[in-house]
Amino acid sequence: MHIEIDEIAKSFGTTAALHPVSLSIPSGALVALLGPSGSGKTTLLRILGGLEYPNSGRVLFDGEDATGLTVQERRAGFVFQSYALFRHMTVFENIAYGLKARPRATRPPAAEIARRVQRLLDLIQLPDIAARYPAQLSGGQRQRVALARALAIEPRMLLLDEPFGALDARVRKELRQGLRDIHDATGLTSVFVTHDQEEAMELADLVVVMSMGRIEQVGRPQDIRARPATAFVRDFIAA
Amino acid sequence: MSDASAFSFRAPTDESPLVRRVLIGVAVLGLGLLVGAPLVAVFAEALKQGWLAALKSLGNRDALSAIRLTLTIAAISVPLNAVFGIAAAWLITRFDFRGKAFLITLIDLPFSVSPVVAGLCIVLMFGANSLLGGWLVAQGFPIVFALPGIVLATVFITFPFIARELIPVMIEQGRAEEEAALTLGAGGWHVFRTVTLPNIRWALLYGVLLCNARAMGEFGAVAVVSGKIRGQTATMPITIEMLYNEYLSVAAFSLAAVLTLLALVTLLAKTVLERRHADQIAATHRH
Repeated sequence: MHIEIDEIAKSFGTTAALHPVSLSIPSGALVALLGPSGSGKTTLLRILGGLEYPNSGRVLFDGEDATGLTVQERRAGFVFQSYALFRHMTVFENIAYGLKARPRATRPPAAEIARRVQRLLDLIQLPDIAARYPAQLSGGQRQRVALARALAIEPRMLLLDEPFGALDARVRKELRQGLRDIHDATGLTSVFVTHDQEEAMELADLVVVMSMGRIEQVGRPQDIRARPATAFVRDFIAA
Repeated sequence: MSDASAFSFRAPTDESPLVRRVLIGVAVLGLGLLVGAPLVAVFAEALKQGWLAALKSLGNRDALSAIRLTLTIAAISVPLNAVFGIAAAWLITRFDFRGKAFLITLIDLPFSVSPVVAGLCIVLMFGANSLLGGWLVAQGFPIVFALPGIVLATVFITFPFIARELIPVMIEQGRAEEEAALTLGAGGWHVFRTVTLPNIRWALLYGVLLCNARAMGEFGAVAVVSGKIRGQTATMPITIEMLYNEYLSVAAFSLAAVLTLLALVTLLAKTVLERRHADQIAATHRH
């Protein structure tokens, strides 16, 4: 799905989190929103997911105005920073949650839900953990379960907030490839937020460098490296 | 382990055996003197003239009416405060608005205001001499010196228990799980039932148990609004005081023993539940 961000602005009280920003995300791309904390990247992601509403501007999905759509109507697979798995539910119940929450008319039968959950567990290469609770999983396993839970609702796009933030360096590298593989297998337009320039450069097709609520530069990793548009970008990717 | 050994090391946070023993001794002594002994005394006094006399005094019409009234009040007040408490905790932990700090102070007000003053406020508001109270009496629905007044006083006094128990838990758990449920397509009510409520259920249970214990034991505010009408508006604590003032010590202490037993059952229920669901409690508190 093609995502178009048209002059989106957002402020919290008197502080501006986003000055009007515009961005076009081509269908099927894996995009990194890269910037230091306070740059507005998470706010932009939450606006795409419908968890936050902009003060002005529009969001377009495949050319249609989606600005007023509720979080439920957007059908965005959202992976939260610390995964936000439901701690009182097993892995199976976590992944099945979105399907079970559907109105009766569109809810798949129990056997079909079980089949889909198993397929997702196979996709994240953790076929045997359905009966465990989140507290019994490692950080890397939690991240993959969160990804499976987001994919279960057959989302139109994938939004990930610092998906590797809570992991140690070795697992981080492993899961980067895992995310790339899942993105390539599903073909979903995916946007992830990160403050790690190496992660953004290595993983994304398109990197959006942000600072102080503004977009500094948009480009392919190699282009940004070769021709940083501003002094901020040059300093930030050198770090 | 020899204390005198030159090679025995102590953890920096540890104390010497002597200090430890003294501290434990002080705690046990204090607890025994202030909590244990009075508890034993209540039952001992109640049974001074044997089981028969104690049971006979409880079979009295007024005593039975007091027990019934107290249980009725708890049965009405506790569910009301569960709803109010959840609503208040939800509002305070999930939204930012002007006057939030003031609202939190307001929730604590029943803890700081004397129950007698609270009771007087209710009499002033709803008494037969007030505008509202006069009208309600004329409609045949008196508040003061009747069940509604006692419930009102009890709800006021016990309001903070559940909200206070829920607010820190809900702050600690944050919004993320609820937001995750929303992005998965669940509606607000569904999120509340399947994510919010299961996550707060233990805190809610503790709040309910504390609230219940206080609702059954409240004296000051109820004494003012109830009018202490024997057999009608006299709750257990009030009946106990009246019996004691009339030197009917066996009857007073028998009823006191029943009230104590109700509280002990509440505590027992809490302990049993904690034991049985220890793993679940742990799972919802660590992540």
